[in-house]
Amino acid sequence: MNLTLKIWRQNGPNDKGRMETYPVSDISPDMSFLEMIDVLNDALIRDGKDPVAFDHDCREGICGMCSMYINGEAHGPGRQITTCQLHMRSFKDGETIYIEPWRAAAFPVVKDLAVDRSAFDRIIQAGGYVSVNTSGNTQDANAIPVPKADADAAFDAATCIGCGACVATCKNASAMLFVSAKVSQLSLLPQGQPEKNERVLNMVNQMDLEGFGNCTNTGACEVECPKGISLENIARMNRDYLAASVTAD
Amino acid sequence: MSLLDPKIPKGPLESKWTSHKNNIRLVNPANKRLIDVIVVGTGLAGSSAAASFAEMGYNVKAFCFQDSPRRAHSIAAQGGINAAKNYQNDGDSTYRLFYDTIKGGDYRSREGNVYRLAEVSANIIDQCVAQGVPFARDYGGLLDNRSFGGVLVSRTFYAKGQTGQQLLLGAYSALSRQISKGKVTMYNRHEMMDLVLVDGKARGIIARNLVTGEVERHGAHAVVLCTGGYGNVFYLSTNAMGSNVSAAWKAHRKGAYMANPCFTQIHPTCIPVSGDYQSKLTLMSESLRNDGRIWVPKHMEDVKAIREGKIKPREIPEDRRDYYLERRYPSFGNLVPRDVASRAAKERCDEGFGVNATGQAVFLDFASAIERYGKTEAHIKGLHNPSKEDIQKLGKDVVKSKYGNLFQMYEKITDDNPYETPMKIYPAVHYTMGGIWVDYNLMTTIPGLYAAGEANFSDHGANRLGASALMQGLADGYFVLPYTIGEFLADDIRTGAISTDTPEFAEAESAVRNQLEHFINNKGSKPVDDFHRRLGKVMWDKCGMARNEQGLRSAIEEIRAIREDFYANVRVPGKLNEFNPELEKAARVADFLELGELMCIDALTRNESCGGHFREEYQTEEGEALRDDENFAFVSAWEYKENDPGKAVLHKEELMFENVELKQRSYK
Repeated sequence: MNLTLKIWRQNGPNDKGRMETYPVSDISPDMSFLEMIDVLNDALIRDGKDPVAFDHDCREGICGMCSMYINGEAHGPGRQITTCQLHMRSFKDGETIYIEPWRAAAFPVVKDLAVDRSAFDRIIQAGGYVSVNTSGNTQDANAIPVPKADADAAFDAATCIGCGACVATCKNASAMLFVSAKVSQLSLLPQGQPEKNERVLNMVNQMDLEGFGNCTNTGACEVECPKGISLENIARMNRDYLAASVTAD
Repeated sequence: MSLLDPKIPKGPLESKWTSHKNNIRLVNPANKRLIDVIVVGTGLAGSSAAASFAEMGYNVKAFCFQDSPRRAHSIAAQGGINAAKNYQNDGDSTYRLFYDTIKGGDYRSREGNVYRLAEVSANIIDQCVAQGVPFARDYGGLLDNRSFGGVLVSRTFYAKGQTGQQLLLGAYSALSRQISKGKVTMYNRHEMMDLVLVDGKARGIIARNLVTGEVERHGAHAVVLCTGGYGNVFYLSTNAMGSNVSAAWKAHRKGAYMANPCFTQIHPTCIPVSGDYQSKLTLMSESLRNDGRIWVPKHMEDVKAIREGKIKPREIPEDRRDYYLERRYPSFGNLVPRDVASRAAKERCDEGFGVNATGQAVFLDFASAIERYGKTEAHIKGLHNPSKEDIQKLGKDVVKSKYGNLFQMYEKITDDNPYETPMKIYPAVHYTMGGIWVDYNLMTTIPGLYAAGEANFSDHGANRLGASALMQGLADGYFVLPYTIGEFLADDIRTGAISTDTPEFAEAESAVRNQLEHFINNKGSKPVDDFHRRLGKVMWDKCGMARNEQGLRSAIEEIRAIREDFYANVRVPGKLNEFNPELEKAARVADFLELGELMCIDALTRNESCGGHFREEYQTEEGEALRDDENFAFVSAWEYKENDPGKAVLHKEELMFENVELKQRSYK
């Protein structure tokens, strides 16, 4: 396949940035999207040019590091996949592909397609945990049975990989899907109950401080989420938030 | 050569750890506040260790090269975590987990360490459930288990095919809690470039801020390396692209011995290589072997027809299929350990029975599992005389609930639907049992330097059993290091903060700068990946699933030549003081190019076959690994010398077996 790539280049958070055009040829349909970028970078380096910087690590859709906005979609065409799981067979020979970084005020560009998502870490630090110290003496794991439906729903919420596609795709750059996934996971489990109220208040507060936008229920986040995290989590978090707000000291 | 003492506590196996804990030195809580610990790496071992140290009161600095600690490669572990809980009442016990692990490791690991691992395994599950890790549960609300290779019980806890993710996010949440309290300072996008020794003790590191390119000094009273394995020395592996040996190798160059570096695990069930552009390989969890049956056609004409696309795999009748694992190993069948399953796949493919265009693939088939589950479900639902379609549908639903994400992952990569046609799989490099030598306290040969998780060598011998890596990472981080590090730090309560304004730090920093500047200023012609690919091919061909003397000798020569070429002709674009992923790669590949040579030397020295180390000269008549317990029941620990991996000096740690009898491993 021969393709034309239009790629966002930006030297750092203070650079204005611009789209640049790169032709690539002899691309195999079995290549992953990132392997296609590898081929481009290999050629750029041999030509003495600056390769395209992008984040990636596991290349199997679980670490959440890869983050490309391809032809106007977070992680490109295809549903429930990350950029690294996208393969070139999803494109046509001769096509022009537009590649941009996640765009959100809370995710400043590091370089080219790599952005700073440490805001997500700070939201988890605000309360995305159960306060239990390490000890060999917590009670037996089977001491509290958890209904399978709750355990499964908590697991589904917990599969969030923190990639930020929800923010990137949201017209408001809202982080509600990400935050609600963690809030829901812990809210559905007995172990999460003691800190349920403070958790949701603190995490939502941190989310607002980081500069993420509000949720207007368009549902774009759910569509683009590589792990299929459900919008129901946002509804659950809103209920928890309301309940916590009216009972707060 | 000298003999190394692992300092395993005296006394009966069952009470070694308890009595050791009772006698270990403690640091009073007020004094812990005066002590700093550096933890490098935030996978299962690193996150759990950093969180636990901080909870105890130490000041922790944690480092990861990724943009968040949650992205460490433990996240990609799929199948599960072992624990001797015996919830299934199938006869499991601490002793059986210990025994299975020793046997699975082909009798090349330490009894004391492995027993401790089995002992704390149950605590790990308790701890993780308390943190809110959503393990799979059955309808009664209790935890579910499955079975893994090399064992006859169900002791593996899991969260679909994402167990590593769930456990790591649990440890990450514990770490995040300590970051919010200010007890852990987290350095994301920072890479350890060197270890700093002061008076022979590990007292800090040189790190590079990967965003600004700045080279920084960090002091501490102890340094803990939880930096994972070195499978990427093979270029193609199931490791993440960034996984590297550099932190461990830098420690090795400063005096930490590397133990059994040639012990690498080739995982039997990975998606086969599809082309030259391939950047990594993807694992399909071993848990699939609970239900999938591995086969190749019995007759060459069927192999040819499959390769040419004339027939589909499902069209080959049962009696023309060779379920070679069930044939060769009737008692363990498809659940033999990884080294055995990988070699058996290689044997069939070497004989010409490989089922894809490259001849390097075998089938992993779920048809009979779908039918079996479908019938059970139909029975549960009270369907009498269910149609074939009903059974298929019900069966597929069950398989989907167990392995849905793995099937999806497979389909995305290969464009084949594994519900309808068998998966094609082939072995790939997955894990490294070798690593930094540590004693019972997990301290390396450098005082104050510890290594935990995959980065150390201690628990898996020559072959790791499935679902044991997660167990070991968390055991080391949650339940071993927090106790054992006190033994060293108890002497440091009056030391005061470690100054980084010393000649030792200055010297280490300037060496790092010199190396990085060399790469930037070297106006070569070839990108870093060129050299990495070449190294990987040599390693896979000559130090991979099968090794022999002649191949290893030529590999050493080839690697030395690639190394020379690398320093002369590598091209690294960009600048030192900026975000520069190519520069990061160059520094990592430089270390792989030294490690590769040491691995070949180690493989050449070990004149026996054991676990994942298969020397073609040493095999039984049936082609199984032939151990030599008389001459090789020891750990090889290598000391770096004279700036040259080729001059490494071998030290030995004799392995004492007081509780298990050494036998030829049989899974027949």
